[in-house]
Amino acid sequence: MSGWRHPTAGHVDRTRPVRFFLDGRPLEGFAGDTLASALLASGERVLGRSFKYRRPRGLWGMGGEEPNALFDVTENGHTTPNVRATSLPLREGMALRSVNTAGGGTALAPSLIDLAQRFLPAGFYYKTFMAGGWMRWEPMIRRMAGLGRLDPGTVPVADAPAVNIRCDVLVIGGGPAGLAAARAKARQGAAVWLVDEAPEIGGSLRWRGGQIEGADWHAFQRDVAETVASAGGRVLPDTSVWGAFDHGLYAAWERRSGHPDRHWRLRARDVVLATGAIERPLWFANNDLPGVMSAEAALHHLSLFGAVAGRRVVVATTNDSAYFAAEALAAAGCRVTIADTRQNGPTVSDGVAHLLGASLQRAHGSRSVGRVTLNGGPDGAGAEFDADTILVSGGWTPSVHLHCQAGGKLDWRTDIDALVPRAGTSPLKAVGAAAGTFGLAASLQEGHRVAGGDGPAPRAEGATWHIAPVRPDPTLTGRQWVDLQNDVTVKDVALAAREGYRSVEHLKRYTTLGMATDQGRTSNFAGLAAMAALTGRTIPETGTTTYRPPFAPVPLGVIGGTRRGERFAPLKRLPLEAAHRSQGALMREYGWWLRPAVYGEDGLDENAAADDEARVARERVGLYDASPLGKIEVLGPGAAELMDFCGYIRMSTLAPGRARYGLMLNETGVVHDDGVVLRLAEDRFILSASSSHVASVRLILEEARQDRFDPSRVVLHDVTDGWVTLTVTGPRAGAVLASAGLPEALCDDAALPHMGVVETRWAHGRLRVTRVSFTGDRSYELSVPARHGRALHAVLDGAVTAEGGRWIGLEAVLRLRAEKGYILIGKDTDGITMPHDLGWTRPREKRSDEFFGRRALFTPEASRPDRRQLVGLSVEGAEALPVGAHVVPTEGARRSLGFVTSSGHGPGVGRPVALAMIEGGRGLMGARVDVFHLGAVVPARIEAPCAFDPAGKRLHA
Amino acid sequence: MQLFPCPFCGLREETEFHFAAEAGKVRPEPAPGVSDARWAAYLYLNDAPKGVAREIWVHRTCGEFFIMERDTVTREVISSSALPGRAG
Repeated sequence: MSGWRHPTAGHVDRTRPVRFFLDGRPLEGFAGDTLASALLASGERVLGRSFKYRRPRGLWGMGGEEPNALFDVTENGHTTPNVRATSLPLREGMALRSVNTAGGGTALAPSLIDLAQRFLPAGFYYKTFMAGGWMRWEPMIRRMAGLGRLDPGTVPVADAPAVNIRCDVLVIGGGPAGLAAARAKARQGAAVWLVDEAPEIGGSLRWRGGQIEGADWHAFQRDVAETVASAGGRVLPDTSVWGAFDHGLYAAWERRSGHPDRHWRLRARDVVLATGAIERPLWFANNDLPGVMSAEAALHHLSLFGAVAGRRVVVATTNDSAYFAAEALAAAGCRVTIADTRQNGPTVSDGVAHLLGASLQRAHGSRSVGRVTLNGGPDGAGAEFDADTILVSGGWTPSVHLHCQAGGKLDWRTDIDALVPRAGTSPLKAVGAAAGTFGLAASLQEGHRVAGGDGPAPRAEGATWHIAPVRPDPTLTGRQWVDLQNDVTVKDVALAAREGYRSVEHLKRYTTLGMATDQGRTSNFAGLAAMAALTGRTIPETGTTTYRPPFAPVPLGVIGGTRRGERFAPLKRLPLEAAHRSQGALMREYGWWLRPAVYGEDGLDENAAADDEARVARERVGLYDASPLGKIEVLGPGAAELMDFCGYIRMSTLAPGRARYGLMLNETGVVHDDGVVLRLAEDRFILSASSSHVASVRLILEEARQDRFDPSRVVLHDVTDGWVTLTVTGPRAGAVLASAGLPEALCDDAALPHMGVVETRWAHGRLRVTRVSFTGDRSYELSVPARHGRALHAVLDGAVTAEGGRWIGLEAVLRLRAEKGYILIGKDTDGITMPHDLGWTRPREKRSDEFFGRRALFTPEASRPDRRQLVGLSVEGAEALPVGAHVVPTEGARRSLGFVTSSGHGPGVGRPVALAMIEGGRGLMGARVDVFHLGAVVPARIEAPCAFDPAGKRLHA
Repeated sequence: MQLFPCPFCGLREETEFHFAAEAGKVRPEPAPGVSDARWAAYLYLNDAPKGVAREIWVHRTCGEFFIMERDTVTREVISSSALPGRAG
């Protein structure tokens, strides 16, 4: 026998049946059910298999503590893995797939793995599968283990937005204590956010009911909600606070139906912890059988949904709380026997059998509870009788997780056999069951008092519960489960103790106790208590494991929110992106910027297209978008001084109207960035940091400015995003400028020579033209305020086409620069490259003033003759060298001398070119080396980095 | 997520800040008179105190460097102030 639906109890709508499926079998519940209550009422006992032994497992609890009833739930084509049946409302057509069943579903025969259980103790996998290396076995073990299955095709319907909120008071938990605290604070005018994981506030009042201030509790519930709302606060149901973080940040996951979930980031001045307590299991042989359930959960499912756990019910308890459940089930028509470990208990109604001093020894049954063995009671030891359901209450564990996450300490209270928050050790104020206060009247009073409520606390009847301690008995025969979700038994704890894993942190890692998705809500205390008993220590001496977020499992999609795909790390977009796209640009990311890679039709051969673009640029003229090039303005009378200190190459000697290549080091002497510096006036520089280094270069300048110089004499202004820069490059670049109708003076090499810069005006206003070249050909960088970018694009587009040129993408630009030996920082250099490794030796030898990174250039390491240095490599044949390939000697022992950093077809030289960093490379010009890659060896020759036009004649041609 | 007080902008989330240096470190110079050991100590050796630490941080969004005293154990921020000579 098993669960059934009561004809009248609960708040489900019996006129609206809801169909759903369990492992393909159709079942029916009612509107208003949770998955758990619908399954319980439809008589389903085995809801899944256990993690390790594949034992049949049934419903245990009523909320986040549920260890067994997990399902992969498919709804409208979307599958969510490992959903707790207790926390999801039932909806039409939901399909549930049970977990750990290897496709066999809940109807699987007794598990072979379970029969082999005595060969699978704690630590079995660690001990056994080290042979031949864990890596060899891991894939097989992973397939066997591991709860539900992810459906890689499932994409969230919509992203969960994150919402930041500040409030005066955050009350976590809407049970009696939380309600009293929220109302007391709201009455003082505070904006209170009252958060509860259930669909409705009320906590245990929802299933226990009660009279508050002389009326049904619903009146109190309404009054709290109205008081909170009128004081500017908010009641947030269906929301789990899952983490307490630094400086009063609380993260909460709100579940919504028909809308994307929401992730709340709440900061509050005061926080009240009213998270209640979770019922403990009892430990007896086969205490994991389906049909063994938390007594409070059975009451919950009966009162709210009319789902009754069974017919012949044993209520095994150590405390007063379960008597309420026993009476409710008896009233619903169950045959109820109370077995209380204590010698005294509350009185019971007629018809309820009451055994005192009785404890459960064993449950019998293969797939579900059929009989029980009791010890003690009137019949003495070993009495057996029939029962289909065992409701247990081994006491209560206050939910102190958030208090501990916030750094709080715990105190042991013998009277309630539990650890409770020590007041003042965290910013949270615990009230009610979370603080170890059990009973309606006492909880209301405490909530009101701790919140500093004016006047009397809400009145209610109800005594404080008496709770007797109980511990796992390691001497009992049979397997007693401690952790249902990770399949840990009392014997496993004993084994850990014998092998010396006596610290709870070791116990946890050795047995995996409490490491499952229920975060040990029902198991941590049991493991702790068993270890204390086995080692003869008290519970405070044994200690607790560290509490870490999340308190409840949160979907990664909720934490990630909208930060996925393109929004994970948003790219910077060019002002002219649309224009490039309309000309067939294939856009790709380069250092956080989305830039044209090549131009052409869909399905083009990108390599060939880039080669072609580069060839046109060498032969005639190319045009490319260089807007991402950094533009940090350095302004003021102290500008030159700052530039000198921050750069490796002095800029104070640069004449206005001229440009100079520079390097920026960090204090360890390593090259951080390179770029051209323009001097527009005595007190005005523009630093063209490379496009991906603008922010960090600015920070280096800013630190020196504020820390070392007079910040009133120099200011920095990063205007990179405010300008569009288009670069015309190639032998016909000058002709393009002339036919574009730009000022004639620009084409005058005397007025604007190579490495010169002018600011002028054109038809639309300001125009800055710089003669610097990243390609080795005559080049003009034309910069205009971004709003004039389209206009500049239009005139240059026409002129370039007229001169037989074309737009070129970044791939072509990279080819052009590689054969010139122009480096890219971070590609051709790495985290140990110093300027003299690149051939920039003079400032190191000649500069006598201080500059950033100077001292580090003279360490023994910096002076080694075998430092890797930048060189070029040439090869026979038409095949380019693979980037990253190691350069090795042609004779003797094979070892790496360095590696290829850039490689490709040289459009000017018409053969493959490569750059490499090689030990002492500059002293090896002309030497033959081998390039080793994936087992193949290619001969190469060391050359100067610049393979094309080494004299630089084309810059002026 | 910690909240740091920028002396210019007020309380902001820690992701807006970068650690710069421990406060009071003086750059040894001129370079020729600085031993390898002293330079290495300047670059790499920090007190990293357990407890109250005095540090330079930068608020990246406004670009200002400032001094912050905080407790590395309790995460309490004790004080923050502009660099000497800067308005706070």
